[in-house]
Amino acid sequence: MINSAIVSWTAFEPILPEMLLVCIGLVVIVLDLFAGKHREFLPWLTVLGCITVMGMVAGQQNASAFGGMILTDSYAVFFKVICLLGVIMTALMSEHFRRTEGLLQGEYYSLMIFSAVGMLLMASAGDLMVLYLGLELMALSVYCLVGMHKGDERGGEAAMKYLLMGGFASAILLYGMSLVYGLTGTTNIAKIAELSGSGQLLHNPALLGALALMIVAFCFKVAIAPFHFWTPDVYEGAPTAITAFMSVGPKAAGFAIFGRVLISGFPQFHDQWGPLLAALALLTMGIGNITALCQQNIKRMLAYSAVAHAGYSLLGVISGTADGLSATMAYLLIYGFMNMGAFAILILLASPGNRHESLDDYKGLAKTHPLAALLMLIFMFSLTGIPPTAGFVGKFYLMKAALGAGYTMTVIGLVLFSSISAYFYLRVVRYMYMSDPQEEIEINYTAGISTVLGLALLGVVGLGLLPGSVIGQAASALLGQ
Amino acid sequence: MIPLSWYMSLAAILFAIGVCGFLTRRNIIMMFLSIELMLNAVNLNMVALSHYLDSMRGQVFTFFIITVAAAEAAIGLGIAITLYRSRHTVHVDEVNELKG
Repeated sequence: MINSAIVSWTAFEPILPEMLLVCIGLVVIVLDLFAGKHREFLPWLTVLGCITVMGMVAGQQNASAFGGMILTDSYAVFFKVICLLGVIMTALMSEHFRRTEGLLQGEYYSLMIFSAVGMLLMASAGDLMVLYLGLELMALSVYCLVGMHKGDERGGEAAMKYLLMGGFASAILLYGMSLVYGLTGTTNIAKIAELSGSGQLLHNPALLGALALMIVAFCFKVAIAPFHFWTPDVYEGAPTAITAFMSVGPKAAGFAIFGRVLISGFPQFHDQWGPLLAALALLTMGIGNITALCQQNIKRMLAYSAVAHAGYSLLGVISGTADGLSATMAYLLIYGFMNMGAFAILILLASPGNRHESLDDYKGLAKTHPLAALLMLIFMFSLTGIPPTAGFVGKFYLMKAALGAGYTMTVIGLVLFSSISAYFYLRVVRYMYMSDPQEEIEINYTAGISTVLGLALLGVVGLGLLPGSVIGQAASALLGQ
Repeated sequence: MIPLSWYMSLAAILFAIGVCGFLTRRNIIMMFLSIELMLNAVNLNMVALSHYLDSMRGQVFTFFIITVAAAEAAIGLGIAITLYRSRHTVHVDEVNELKG
């Protein structure tokens, strides 16, 4: 009789959601080949698959698998939910987007699913190896998605810039990891924390250098100044739906590893990385908001706004406490909703042949399309941080966390720069409501895009009026570890 | 026996050459090669450390890095070809439609 207990299948339980997602991605490729004209259901299959995986993720036990390489704690679950929400909303608006852009379906949805697998792995990485593999799986899929539109010259340029910058950052990250491995003898993040806190390693300049290299690479990945310069070009050149995706999923996943490595891996070095990141956050907010002031292209403006919001989100990480991290997590969720909403309006206004990405195209939108203008108004208010929208609540908790940790200057900077940001966000609102329409833009509410707008509105208003639920969830995610 | 510090110095020099190449070269293919050089410096570091620390993790990590680098090169060259088809150049200074 063959002993069947050699492979213990229960060991695979923590990565079942990821495995299911890989299967869905493969099924989507095969169906794309054979479905012919019935390809319209592929986005819905993607959405359905992601919802199923999200259910599985939410029901997961707090566990550590494969010798501590995969952690399925509530911290990971929260980030996984943000990333999957990003995929779901992007898939929903992609159908409409593809039709107006004339983009071939091809491997679009499967690449999106594979990048989601990468993000899930990043969120639950307990080891530098898994962290790197997840990061690359996500990044490589996104490079392809950015350059997907072969007829569009800007797409190719954006993909190339993204790939070069991403590859450079990964190499820097790896060099930092190799030094950490050399000094501690392990790649397990929890063990690194144990070893680096003990005695002589605490003041080792080589370990500080390695940590600095890793921080530089993370800053590249989440677009923190002065490593943000690829962001505006890539965000502008990428297909709009992918821009929306990049600003939510990969960014959240980047913050997941940022927080995991700094707070679980190097808590003893908070005195060193805290002030450094506080200065970088201040710089990021300044550069993002001030450069956004002079943009005439709304997609590029939202790209600089994404840089600024990365600076805001960093405030929670620098505080180095569970409270701060939960504020960052809540802010990333809120940012996901409001940014997806704003990009959905951009996609809604685009028509074949003319993308309508200039600010002038928004003139008089309130007269021709009051509903779209009202939704854009709500999303812009939320991005500015005006109550009672969710953007305000998110910023409030971030400021509270940073103040609690003693970073008063950074908080003052946040307040100043958010009031500067009101100028360019509300300029869109002014154009929509106080100017006369220039040309008639035809708007066609399809099922997918309406669902995205509904979800985003629900998120922005719901989290704004009932903030306790999400903050509580995020906080308990950390305390329950 | 060759001491560990020699390997690590070689890796550091290779890495520095890669960084300088990436920052100064303006041909996309050369920039790719510089990234590969940086990755190989990391591989050398990992393998040497793995041997001296007597732990397998470094070697396993190296296998993963090599695999991912191959995938990255495939995607990068694919993107370079699409870019060349539309612009007839692989020089980053001439690929400058997006700016501001």
